[in-house]
Amino acid sequence: MNVAVCVKQIPDPAAPPALDPGTKNLVRDGKLILDDSDAYGVEMALQLAEAAGGGEVTLVSMAPNGETSGLRTALAMGAAKAILVSDPALAGCDALGTAKVLAAALKRAEPDLILAATESSDGYTGTTPVQVAELMGLPSVTFAKKVSTEGGTVKVERQTEAGYDEVVSPLPAVVTVTAGVVEPRYPSFKGIMAAKSKPVETLTVADLGLDAASVGSAGARQEITNVAEAEARAAGEIVVDEGEGHLKVIEFLEQLKVI
Amino acid sequence: MSVGTIWVVVETADGAPTTISLEMITQARALADKVEAFAWDDAAALAGPLGEYGVTTIHDVGSLDGALPGVPVSGAIASAVANGAPDAILLPATYDGRDIAGRLSAKLDRSVLTNVVDLTEGDGGLVSQHAIFGGSQMLSARFTAEGPALFVIRAKSFAPEASGGAPAAVVSAPAPESGASNAAKIVATHVEERTGPKLDEADVVVSGGRGLGEKEKYALIEDLAGLLNGAAGASRAIVDAGWVPYAHQVGQTGKTVKPNVYLACGISGATQHLVGMKNSKHIVAINKDQDAPILAVADLGIVGDVHKVVPALIEALKARS
Repeated sequence: MNVAVCVKQIPDPAAPPALDPGTKNLVRDGKLILDDSDAYGVEMALQLAEAAGGGEVTLVSMAPNGETSGLRTALAMGAAKAILVSDPALAGCDALGTAKVLAAALKRAEPDLILAATESSDGYTGTTPVQVAELMGLPSVTFAKKVSTEGGTVKVERQTEAGYDEVVSPLPAVVTVTAGVVEPRYPSFKGIMAAKSKPVETLTVADLGLDAASVGSAGARQEITNVAEAEARAAGEIVVDEGEGHLKVIEFLEQLKVI
Repeated sequence: MSVGTIWVVVETADGAPTTISLEMITQARALADKVEAFAWDDAAALAGPLGEYGVTTIHDVGSLDGALPGVPVSGAIASAVANGAPDAILLPATYDGRDIAGRLSAKLDRSVLTNVVDLTEGDGGLVSQHAIFGGSQMLSARFTAEGPALFVIRAKSFAPEASGGAPAAVVSAPAPESGASNAAKIVATHVEERTGPKLDEADVVVSGGRGLGEKEKYALIEDLAGLLNGAAGASRAIVDAGWVPYAHQVGQTGKTVKPNVYLACGISGATQHLVGMKNSKHIVAINKDQDAPILAVADLGIVGDVHKVVPALIEALKARS
């Protein structure tokens, strides 16, 4: 079974985020890393392919400047190859534009199953995987907390407000996984060395046969009109615990008549 | 008013409209001349409750027959758009709401603005507000092309308020044939036992984070929540680590909570967490690092070890009862 995983390379979340003063888009021109949320999809893909008796895991990603450092992390975990779409025309792409690009790239990989995170850790739009499924005419099951495949179907335990649903879908399908569903492996030294020579196919918008006017800032039909400081909360009381900190909490809860 | 019609996607729980549905309807009513709803399964029973909030027409998608709502509901809405588009469509930031939004966006070839925390009229159209960078800044956005504008609204962005309207008319809005994309079926539904209130409705929320050190220590959070008749929440870090299920997560990814008291234990207060709890009425934080961002938003901050302060708090509360 061949599995494709949509992965995003994002600015290091530990670094302070910044907006471009002109476009007000998130600045993404520094070094990018594999989104932590995507490590679960990569791990899940590796486990499912192995459980199905083999098959390749292909990464599909879109990033500026031909960035591959995040892809190398996922390749080091064990993915076989990657398709990277990188094109200056993609700057300012909205979620639907991103989905058009990923759907076109995924068609080339011809996967049996497509995995993605429920949302990225930087833009957190959370609609791209479902948009990809709709553009490809595939079923989708989002918010998976358990995934298994058998023959031509995928079985998912899907998070709901009240608990979870068991959902069954024929393959191919798009499944988004919540964080914590599997424990992502750490790349081994051997894996890191092997990743350096694994194939990364870099494509442009034209290579995918997409109309440049439908993606990137040209295709985006939304704009940021303003960014302003939010109302700050008034500073509170800070107490250093010297064995009686809990009493301050009790006192506070009493004042609010919570207890 | 320049906004004519807004459609709202309404979800139900135990046959009644969910709170977020009523929040969206209330705001839609303030913005537009006419508010209509899309609902499924038990839609006809909603005529009274939704009319009460000002909905004039309910488009009934009908029974989904075990299909996930994303494909059939977006299909029904897209068909209705072809017969006359509203100015905007509001969808809830829920598991199914986001599915419907993504499908609808691709079907209509319209972009979608998600994580909306406020929606106002301005610049000749609707302007959405989005909390970014831990809620320290508010970003305004709008659509630049032909509508309908699609907005995915976060819970607790508006206060629900009835307007005392007459029961809504119910019209049939069946889902079109969707082929392979609608092949995912629900084969079983599991309701997880919950003691105490729901996380997003609780008056008190006690959340734990990485500072707890190990999975087993989350029991302290559950004990404390139980003693305060509250719900137990979690930071993304410990959900990612597999200590607690995703359903407990408070934050950008996860639930938005706005309780009377939010008690953060061993949570540093990453951007992603603050967005989900910063609008709580009162915030108490216990953290050993005095520079932790959570202490900057706390009304009461205890700089101390959660392994000492929380057990002491539990003992003190038990002694009172």
